Amino acid sequence: MSYTTTVNDPAHHDHTPTGWRRWLLSTNHKDIGTLYLLFALAMLFMGGASAMLIRAELFQPGIQLLDPDLYNNLVTNHALLMIFGAVMPAAAGLANWMIPLMIGAPDMALPRMNNLSFWILPAAGTMLILSFVVPFFPGGGTQINTGWTLYPPLSVQVGMSMDFLIFAIHLLGISSVLASINIIVTLLNMRAPGMTIMKMPIFCWTWLVTAFLLILVVPVLAGGVTMLLFDRHFGTSFFDAAGGGDPVLFQHLFWFFGHPEVYVLLLPSIGVLSHVIPTFARKPLFGYKSMVGAMIAVGTIGMVVWAHHQYTIGMSLGAVTYFMVGTIIISIPVGLMIFNFIATMWRGAMTFETPMLFAVAIILMFTFGGLSGVMLAVVPADMQYHDSMFVVAHFHYVLMPGAVFGLFAGVFYWLPKWTGHMYDERLAKIFFWINVIGFNLTFFPQHFLGLAGMPRRIIDYNVMFTEFNAISSIGAMIFGFSHLLFLYIIIKTIRGGEPATSRVWEGAKGLEWEVASPPPFHTWESPPKIGKEVA
Amino acid sequence: MNSESNPLARKKQRTVWLLSLLVLGMFGFGFALVPLYDLLCQVTGIQSVNVRNATINRAEVSQADKPQGIQSRTITIKFDTSVHPSLPWEFEPMQRNLKVHPGQLYQVNFSARNRSSESITGQAIPSVAPWQATPFLNKLECFCFNQQTLAGGESVEMPLKFMISNDLPDEVRSLTLSYSLMKLVQPAGNASSGRKG
Repeated sequence: MSYTTTVNDPAHHDHTPTGWRRWLLSTNHKDIGTLYLLFALAMLFMGGASAMLIRAELFQPGIQLLDPDLYNNLVTNHALLMIFGAVMPAAAGLANWMIPLMIGAPDMALPRMNNLSFWILPAAGTMLILSFVVPFFPGGGTQINTGWTLYPPLSVQVGMSMDFLIFAIHLLGISSVLASINIIVTLLNMRAPGMTIMKMPIFCWTWLVTAFLLILVVPVLAGGVTMLLFDRHFGTSFFDAAGGGDPVLFQHLFWFFGHPEVYVLLLPSIGVLSHVIPTFARKPLFGYKSMVGAMIAVGTIGMVVWAHHQYTIGMSLGAVTYFMVGTIIISIPVGLMIFNFIATMWRGAMTFETPMLFAVAIILMFTFGGLSGVMLAVVPADMQYHDSMFVVAHFHYVLMPGAVFGLFAGVFYWLPKWTGHMYDERLAKIFFWINVIGFNLTFFPQHFLGLAGMPRRIIDYNVMFTEFNAISSIGAMIFGFSHLLFLYIIIKTIRGGEPATSRVWEGAKGLEWEVASPPPFHTWESPPKIGKEVA
Repeated sequence: MNSESNPLARKKQRTVWLLSLLVLGMFGFGFALVPLYDLLCQVTGIQSVNVRNATINRAEVSQADKPQGIQSRTITIKFDTSVHPSLPWEFEPMQRNLKVHPGQLYQVNFSARNRSSESITGQAIPSVAPWQATPFLNKLECFCFNQQTLAGGESVEMPLKFMISNDLPDEVRSLTLSYSLMKLVQPAGNASSGRKG
């Protein structure tokens, strides 16, 4: 297995741009992947800062630091920064870096479009931040106090900051649709000879499903916010009951996007896990075909169960029953994935490096979040839990382990490949433990708060909720500041460290481990031959 | 890479076109949902505001067609009252439960007493649970049609005459009529039109 014959001297290539041109004009999948990851890291800290402010305010009952509109503006901003700014670009960064290496392609299929889809993001991020900042200036209008769901009629009445937000969503949508098209074209057309679609590494499969989901749902959200813009400025009444519209229609448009979106956030991390667990269990992934089937099933069923976010809008019994049953059915393929991971670890020769620690934590905590999701899917129960802190606890338990920890696992797993240096394993393990304990301390008490009746998105609360909120806020500070350690580990690894071998991990399998660490600027210019051993 | 003869480039181009059409199609689908939404609600029974209004109108039309008569089935109707804290009144139904036959006229009295020493005007707002039964509860005479003004310490009995429509769906065997009594801050006779129920 000597695939590395294509390693070349850079001088052979006529332009390997340097300085700012290398980044701004980049068409190289590795550089664009790095840009995506750095952008996501910056947004992670901004979204984290807004979360810290929220938890600081909730440390005690009463109103101490923020005023109610600013509080809700922060809630909106936190969600949008984390979802659109941090998790999606980070997953796209992993895709850019790893997909061409994994399938033996020289680059993404559409390198110039790749450049465009990244460089839209800083503009979109600026618009997003402006939507938060504008109300602080004279004439800036009111703050966005709707939450990330942007429900009308409130979102029609918010000041001009909502227009910034709508255009930010348009830009973010364009960026992720372009990236998705690029990924699908790459995966369908650029695989190395001999790599059939059922031999494709599972991370590529998760991104294929994710990219299709994005293409199917992001344009619908774009349409929805466009209608919102029209209602705000051009006298239409798509969502205005007085003009014959229906505000509930927006909720359907939003959640038609919003529910598949959670699988968009989840699936790339499931893909990372499907590489991390076999590597550190030193066994091939259990049930490759069933994993592929399960993720296609999740994507398909996930498209048609969106209204479980809207049980309380007064749907007929038949409709809520359908959405309830559909939602609960999703737990079957998701459960199958979890069982496949457990079966992969079963009797494996496991070692617990940081990526594996995150993987085990994900399996435990994501399953927990999934179970509270089944509770929420049950209509009569949801009538009680709707819009309570229980919902907040639930979706942080699925999204933090399901999406963010998966990305952390991926970063630690591939960081030696990207930088050519091993990260500091001791620090990384300390980071893992602080992070996971902080996370559970933050969000576990919120289950109790929600069940006891504390509503979400409200700045103040009854004094009876004080203790759990104080615990949650202390946990949040630990959790939030632990990410500074993450940043330090990354910087330290980039600057130096023990050189990494090309295989990095003893049990690692796949084409991405055949190139040097760090990979040369151009890889797989002549495609590798795929034998039976790569599957 | 851009030469037409390159088969890989052509394959890529084809995929890009197909995916772009899918994106445009889904953007259009978002807008198509505006008219499709009402249609979908009618077919699947997801209740949009428009469909809900349409159901109520249909019920009114259909009961005009049907011959009236007293049916043998028995419906339990419960009466419930609540008084807004700002209104110093007592307000109770004289009967909490009543077993009724659709098509027959009944009367129930509600007692109200003004506990304060001032003359106060109140307005009762009715609601029916389950809400699907709302159009089938026909009130022929109701204190909720008007505003009520009680002098200080005065107590009155207020009548409600009602009939359950013959068209009441069979699955409704029991319903609750609830009145919330609100204080009218400006009892300006004609200016504020009383809500009807």
